[in-house]
Amino acid sequence: MNPITFLIDNWDLYIDGFIRLFQAANLAFVFAMVVGVVIASFRVSPIRPLQRFAAFYVTVFRNTPLLIIFFLFFFGLPKLGFTFTPFVSTVIVMSLYTGAYLGETVRSGINSVDTGQAEAARAIGLNFREVLGTVVIPQALRTVVGPIGNLYIANAKNTVIGTTIGLFVETTAAQRLANSTGQPIAAFAAAAIFFVVWLLIAAQVFTSIEQRVAFKR
Amino acid sequence: MRTRRLRVLGLVMILMLLLAACGGGGEEAEEGGATSEPAGAASEADGAETTVGADAEGVQALRDAGTVRIGVKYDQPLFGVNTPSGVEGFDAEIAKLMVEGIFRDGDPESHIEFTEAVSANREPFLQNDEVDMVIATYTMNEERDQVVDFAGPYYETGQQLMVPEGNPEGIQAPEDLNTSDLRSCSVEGSTSLQNFQELAPDADIITFDTYTKCAEAMNDGRVDATTTDGAILFGLVDEFGGFEVVGEEFSDEPYGIGIPDGATDLRLYLNERICQIQENGEWDQAYENTVGVVAETPAPPPIDPAFGDPVFPEGSECPQASGAGATSSEAGSEATSEMTSEPAAGASEAAS
Repeated sequence: MNPITFLIDNWDLYIDGFIRLFQAANLAFVFAMVVGVVIASFRVSPIRPLQRFAAFYVTVFRNTPLLIIFFLFFFGLPKLGFTFTPFVSTVIVMSLYTGAYLGETVRSGINSVDTGQAEAARAIGLNFREVLGTVVIPQALRTVVGPIGNLYIANAKNTVIGTTIGLFVETTAAQRLANSTGQPIAAFAAAAIFFVVWLLIAAQVFTSIEQRVAFKR
Repeated sequence: MRTRRLRVLGLVMILMLLLAACGGGGEEAEEGGATSEPAGAASEADGAETTVGADAEGVQALRDAGTVRIGVKYDQPLFGVNTPSGVEGFDAEIAKLMVEGIFRDGDPESHIEFTEAVSANREPFLQNDEVDMVIATYTMNEERDQVVDFAGPYYETGQQLMVPEGNPEGIQAPEDLNTSDLRSCSVEGSTSLQNFQELAPDADIITFDTYTKCAEAMNDGRVDATTTDGAILFGLVDEFGGFEVVGEEFSDEPYGIGIPDGATDLRLYLNERICQIQENGEWDQAYENTVGVVAETPAPPPIDPAFGDPVFPEGSECPQASGAGATSSEAGSEATSEMTSEPAAGASEAAS
């Protein structure tokens, strides 16, 4: 039994799982970008408590296994009276987690922006928020498109862990089929095909963005 | 730069597919070193302890090896739980009884090497010769029989429902859950789930990877009912408390011993041995010490793999051997390369 035939035979189940994964991963990534920019801004801001908070945030999320974050979020919060569906939980957890990594990436981008740029911006009377928002961050993002692309791919794959809190994704479909047909290898290989296709395209998209926005320093 | 990256990725993709195509076969199951000659009748003068089939070549090979590698569950309350003092549960007890019949030295544990076999690993372990048998709440069904062989069943359970104690929603059958107002829980990859969906197509279902999460979600009030094999539910009730099992069984789940495809000697021996322990009371004892803690001891199921082939070795002393269930109307278990993805009627399985 090869994975391709397997995929064709069970197309409905797989595509259903894939669509949900695709939605969750992309939604999470959009929110993670917001989280990342905010965290990076905090870290370079002159306000000490914000710096501390951002450093703490990044430390916590980068050093806790994702599986544990998922578990605590999904099974822990109800004890405090907050209950989210698996899909919403997955999007929130992935936004927070990938956001921590993006925060570090964006910060390294900010550090690579010539200090002259920020000084010039301040010299024409912009306040901190305007300096960051209109001058520094846009340049910073343009320099780290490659690493952001890597994080997009990591985020896509990590989102699969949502399956452990009941999100139905393509690996859930694979798991289901592996068990009912006794052919786990074909079942999971079929699920992997989706990733390969999706992430190949994503890599291309990021490469072309990189080429488009790159600028000579 | 760009084309090179693409090319490398393309290559990786092709490699992966090739790898999957090689490994993903049911067509090339290992022979498991077994011969398909009929087992010779044993001539053990053990009095009551008949051991027909235990001297056949395929079983002899295990005896010569000195250890039998057995795949079990490590996280299935009452059936297979890994504890510091070894694997405990009904499956583990059955394993010991099976192995005792091979070595007959009163110390089966010294001849067993337990390995954790999670559901998805059961067939690959048998196909790749990583274990000699799998005793892990392994439901026998037609599709699985195409890639592995089964002895047994040694136990029969059926799918039921577990609800919070007191049954606040008055749930009795899957049909009661066929509404978006109530939420049901099962484990992904289980045909418990498939069975349930057939019976309750409009049910709102959430799936996790373990039943303990279903129980946890039920504690949080996110889920109104959990469904899987009754035996597993009883284990959860035992572990968590605060739940009860309700309603009739709505599927048949015969648990069998999985062995490599074509290991006929071993299959005949195991069937004979299961029959023997049912006759001499060891089966009852094993059950009472494990699952019997939370459930009444049932009558053991008749041995009938129902996938064709003779069930018992020639000259078997098992009373069933001459009675019903010794032959089956099913077609032979020649592995066909054509596999359907739909479960055969009535075939379903324990997921966990």
